[in-house]
Amino acid sequence: MIRELHQSLVKKEFSAVDLAKAYLDKIKKEDKNINALLTICEESALSQARVVDEKIFKKENIDILSGVPCAIKDNILVEGVRCTAGSKILENYVAPYDATVVKKIKDRGAVILGKTNMDEFGMGSSTENSAFGPTKNPNDLDRVPGGSSGGSAAAVASGMAVFSLGSDTGGSIRQPASFCGVVGLKPTYGAVSRYGLISFASSLDQIGPIAKTVEDCEIVFNAIKGRDPIDSTSVESKIQNPKSKIKNLRIGVPREYFIKGIDPEVEKIIRNAIKKYEDMGAKIEEVSLPHTEYALACYYIIATSEASANLARYDGIKYGHKNDKADSLLGVYLNSREDGFGPEVKRRIMLGTYSLSAGYYDAYYLRAQKIRTLIKQDFEKVFEKVDAIFTPVSPSVAFKIGEKVQDPLLMYLSDIYTIPINLAGLPAISLPIGKVAGLPVGLQIIGKHFQEEKILEIGKLWI
Amino acid sequence: MLTKEEVKHIAKLARLGLTEKEVEKYQKELSAILDYIGKLKEADVSGVEPTSHSVLLENVTRKDEVFQFNKKLIEGYLKVKSILKNHD
Repeated sequence: MIRELHQSLVKKEFSAVDLAKAYLDKIKKEDKNINALLTICEESALSQARVVDEKIFKKENIDILSGVPCAIKDNILVEGVRCTAGSKILENYVAPYDATVVKKIKDRGAVILGKTNMDEFGMGSSTENSAFGPTKNPNDLDRVPGGSSGGSAAAVASGMAVFSLGSDTGGSIRQPASFCGVVGLKPTYGAVSRYGLISFASSLDQIGPIAKTVEDCEIVFNAIKGRDPIDSTSVESKIQNPKSKIKNLRIGVPREYFIKGIDPEVEKIIRNAIKKYEDMGAKIEEVSLPHTEYALACYYIIATSEASANLARYDGIKYGHKNDKADSLLGVYLNSREDGFGPEVKRRIMLGTYSLSAGYYDAYYLRAQKIRTLIKQDFEKVFEKVDAIFTPVSPSVAFKIGEKVQDPLLMYLSDIYTIPINLAGLPAISLPIGKVAGLPVGLQIIGKHFQEEKILEIGKLWI
Repeated sequence: MLTKEEVKHIAKLARLGLTEKEVEKYQKELSAILDYIGKLKEADVSGVEPTSHSVLLENVTRKDEVFQFNKKLIEGYLKVKSILKNHD
């Protein structure tokens, strides 16, 4: 889609301003039903589009992303634009600078239409934890779009943006992409700079693209990847992604991912997709990731521990909401955080604080880090034998709004197939491969570290 | 099951103000989550090194700059509530 838009812009079939206006109109018409966007940047979007049109007018070469309308998850900073992370505590926070990924796409001339809704600080699987109301799934407005990048996935699925940026800590790009029927890529940990991403769990967070096609995801990923001198965890990959013929492709299917709890209709569609790749010539092999059963518990220790430290900065003093009614500094902290954070964020801060507290550190945090090693080693062993691993993205299709919000554990289980990938730092895509009663199902394709290109190539084989 | 006192203690460590109702709610919810997380005790981790980052990295440092405060500075200082109490 991006390639076609680029051609049309260069051939002057329409202008970048026309294109931006068409998308802004679509947002004005449809977003009152979907609530995918928290902030619309009409003025700056049109001025970005005008710059592109001038270049085209002067017959200058333009980048493939120039003039392409996009939306950015509201935990990624765009200079001068409000950035809430879906939280009341940052309701009035205006970003003082551009995140590296934003700077990169702006430099290429992409047009930023707005900021997308999300679960508060990325903590959730349905976008129901946003302080600004849930996003609806464009396929069925009574259902969730997934989360936490639910606004980013819904905006693309409903045609309100050509692509969007999301972030993924335990499945927050892939699960909403699966629920909304679009493509989402979670890159290798470190492949994309996190500078300017509001931190949730720093050893797991990664920014990635959501788009309608695999090729579009690839174009955006190539634009945002690379080492960033101001993100010490970013890496310039020198790893080659060798192209291989499909008949030489070895695909692993882990038996631990097809157990009790998966919707049989979802399993059927996933099995059919795997069969289709086998028919195309790939070698399918059953593999084992024996520590899978510990992944969710391991994740909920590590992610919440890191979050409890990262979110300590929202104290009413440095920035964000401040409740000044108390007469002591401690009172200001307690009250500001009580008013500012929603229930899931409080729950996770409490869990993380508990895991890190004296007497529990060894039993919880340290043990979880050791289990993380075992989970990582499971993948390393399997990747000695196969080029990619196929699994479902989520055990079910999009669920109803309100269905799981009262039961945190049940909600957490919808990320059971995506979480191990973050713990191991691997890249994975969610590829829409079918529907159950009109609701999309995503296939997860997991690759070796820094082999995004490989899994994207495999995704492109799907017709 | 966590006690209410434990929940209040964790909330204080986390600098979170909680209402009595929330204390009860989190007592139940956190206990259920901790029960689930208890399954980590079954895993054999003897001789296993902990992983803090999934991709091996070296330390890199950068200048720590303050971009902007949305709070008013007074002669270059940030005004906060008193920390020490006056006992006279």
